[in-house]
Amino acid sequence: MASDHIVGIDLGTTNSLVAFMQGDSPAVIPGEDGLNLVPSVVALDEKNQIIVGNAARKYLIETPERSVYSAKRLMGRGVEDIREELKMFPFQLADDMAAGEVLRIKIGERTYTPPEISALVLRQLKRNAERFFGGPVTKAVITVPAYFNDAQRQATKDAGRIAGLDVLRLVNEPTAASLAYGLDQRKNGIVAVYDLGGGTFDISILKLHDGIFEVVATNGDTHLGGDDIDNLLIAIALDDIRGDLGLDVRRSGESVARIRRSVIEAKIALSSLPSTTLDVELPGGKRYQREVTREMFERLIQPVIDRTVGPTKQALKDAGLKPSQIDEVVLVGGSTRIPKVRELVQGLFGRTPHTDLNPDEVVALGAAVQANILGGGSDVTKEMLLLDVTPLSLGIEVAGGVTDKIILRNSTIPASATQYYTTQVEGQTNVAIHVLQGERELARDCRSLARFDLKGVPPMPAGMPRIEVKFLIDANGILHVSAREQRSGKEAEIDVQPSYGLTDEQVENMLLESFDYAEEDFRQRQVIEARREAETITAALAKGKNNPAWQALTSDERHNIAGLEESLVAVKDGDDYQQIRNAIDALNQGTMRLAELMMDTAVTTALKGKAMDQTDFEEGTAAGHPVAKAEFE
Amino acid sequence: MRATHFCSACGKVQPAAPVDYFTFFGFPRKLDLDASKLEKEFYALSRHLHPDGFANAEEQERAWSLEQSSMLNDAYRTLKDPIKRTEYLLRLEGVELEEQSKQATEKARVTGELKKQVVPPDLLEEVFELNMHLEELRTQKKLGEDDPALLEEIGKAKLSLEEKFDALFEELQGQWKKWDAAVDSGTEPDRMQIRDRMVDVLNRRNYIRNLVRDVNEAMEN
Repeated sequence: MASDHIVGIDLGTTNSLVAFMQGDSPAVIPGEDGLNLVPSVVALDEKNQIIVGNAARKYLIETPERSVYSAKRLMGRGVEDIREELKMFPFQLADDMAAGEVLRIKIGERTYTPPEISALVLRQLKRNAERFFGGPVTKAVITVPAYFNDAQRQATKDAGRIAGLDVLRLVNEPTAASLAYGLDQRKNGIVAVYDLGGGTFDISILKLHDGIFEVVATNGDTHLGGDDIDNLLIAIALDDIRGDLGLDVRRSGESVARIRRSVIEAKIALSSLPSTTLDVELPGGKRYQREVTREMFERLIQPVIDRTVGPTKQALKDAGLKPSQIDEVVLVGGSTRIPKVRELVQGLFGRTPHTDLNPDEVVALGAAVQANILGGGSDVTKEMLLLDVTPLSLGIEVAGGVTDKIILRNSTIPASATQYYTTQVEGQTNVAIHVLQGERELARDCRSLARFDLKGVPPMPAGMPRIEVKFLIDANGILHVSAREQRSGKEAEIDVQPSYGLTDEQVENMLLESFDYAEEDFRQRQVIEARREAETITAALAKGKNNPAWQALTSDERHNIAGLEESLVAVKDGDDYQQIRNAIDALNQGTMRLAELMMDTAVTTALKGKAMDQTDFEEGTAAGHPVAKAEFE
Repeated sequence: MRATHFCSACGKVQPAAPVDYFTFFGFPRKLDLDASKLEKEFYALSRHLHPDGFANAEEQERAWSLEQSSMLNDAYRTLKDPIKRTEYLLRLEGVELEEQSKQATEKARVTGELKKQVVPPDLLEEVFELNMHLEELRTQKKLGEDDPALLEEIGKAKLSLEEKFDALFEELQGQWKKWDAAVDSGTEPDRMQIRDRMVDVLNRRNYIRNLVRDVNEAMEN
């Protein structure tokens, strides 16, 4: 059933993809431009229309202040978290941001939260899938970096909701990749997935056993990827330009964007060539050119890629495995195309990594597999089950500012833990509970997830109340906390509200706003499609006029058709869908007899033994009504 | 007998029963557990209880599946680790292990509070000597001095501790077998005696583990 398609979405830092299970294997759904990758770029054009994907890329250079990329790096983070980040990226924060508010990014005159920006990308993917299936798509599995914390996961889920998607599951990217790998290879054993993408790094170690994909350990860095490599090269170019050309273009969004584009091209070229040239046009007719050799590039990026070593070793240690015990290493993410990265991985594990899978697509393909499993499964997936883990330990702050860890990292999810707390002061009726995520011993070094109050504790001597706190991490890796004072049975149910998260109400409002935009988009799309239809019809009519059938019409009929054609031509470039639609329908109606006559001619011609291609029809028009309603989609 | 996870009439998932982890898997409260059997049971139950199989089920069933599979995972995590499994069983048998736990140690370390910790009598002399050496090492490090003889001394002590640590695990495994036999045919006093012996082994083991960690820290810093 068309309405039941559950899609798998890889919402990437640089590129995003949507895929689905086509029979026995997952397939990526291309966009209208025929391309599988949708760049995670959002821009506003001159008319304040939202442009997403490939079409938005040119705005990064033309109007950098009206475009945004790599918004994933901002998901679920606070202003102070991203201060460093903002130095490297041309994002402008909203001027009117209040303390503690979810950060908002300026795009032109508007401001958007990171989940809203991601929602725009998701909506483009949703639209691509709907165009492909010819029906609505409302359910999705979305991937996230394995090392995403609770707030980042929640923000991703919110983005899905704002985009009008029911997010059935968040799946960790390396785990999703392992599903695609496992479906492809059908082997048992221990697999390590090394995933270095545009903005994040994950390492996951899995045990594959008769269709069970059990993650044993995961680690990573949610701010490490191709972007960091680009930024290194950009910094060098900016320095050169200042030193050699005497130009300070650091504040010129357009120049920085041009440099960025050139740097990315160079980075890609250096994966296959020994050297390449940075070539950037600058203001005032100046031009920056510099040769970059692979050797220089590799020396430059070494510190960046070395940052993947620590997490990888930690994951192996947590899994209790030696590198030699890993049966296969799977590479995921565009940055693993860099030969130096492959060399590093080979050194870490002492084996040649598996590179048969397309590192850009494998995560989306795996998400499609998981979507299929959640939809009830098919013959090839019915034995498959994913057992993932939580990447970070969870705890509660206790006396002395210490973190009391109650669910340790790498615990299989869903996971739960129950802890008992009491009061410190006689007659205390409120107990504040501070939920933390991280590995450090002190609460102030861990990430604060939420604070909540358990109110109405019956007044008792200090230490008397017995407060049971239950932590539950669901299969999405999202935490739910409930607390109850056992002597009074007083219960407080709390959904963790991330310190930098949106409230349910905000998400609802954003969803409503997106409907408004969606309607605007929809009307525009309708107009464009009607216009195309009008062009097809007038072209077909021009051909019809050369057909003998045209002469068989009465002059009144011919006159009438010409009039209808003229009215269609007059309205077709306007913005009024209904007007265009009416004119198309009228012309369709008016040319009915012409079409019938043309059919007759075609049949007669065929009966005379003439081959069809010798008639002055073309295949398409001979097959039916020459001005039949054109089919798009 | 295994706890009831599914309705016997309709096969639907049931709310998690408040049972212990052994009962959850249908195992007796025995300690010498076959790891591959446990894993097999875990995978089999996962296939039936994991929320992935309930994505389209009604809300109540989804909630029960979440509850059941989180309990399954918690139970598996506890039982598959030999030390956690032993500690868990001892708690079921009414032992309070908190004083010696890692958590209590870390808390004490961070807050600087003194943790109540009893040095096992047979280790008293060794620990006293080692602590003196560690103190000396810290002082030397502060002064930037280097004394290979001292490092060797500490290294030897560490090796001896590590040997004891491994031996204690073997001793613990020996106690498992006694415990398991006593579960089948022993008397209550028999079981209590084995229980207390296991508590003692675990306490000594934790003590040595903390000591080895102190040594490692002193040598690294």
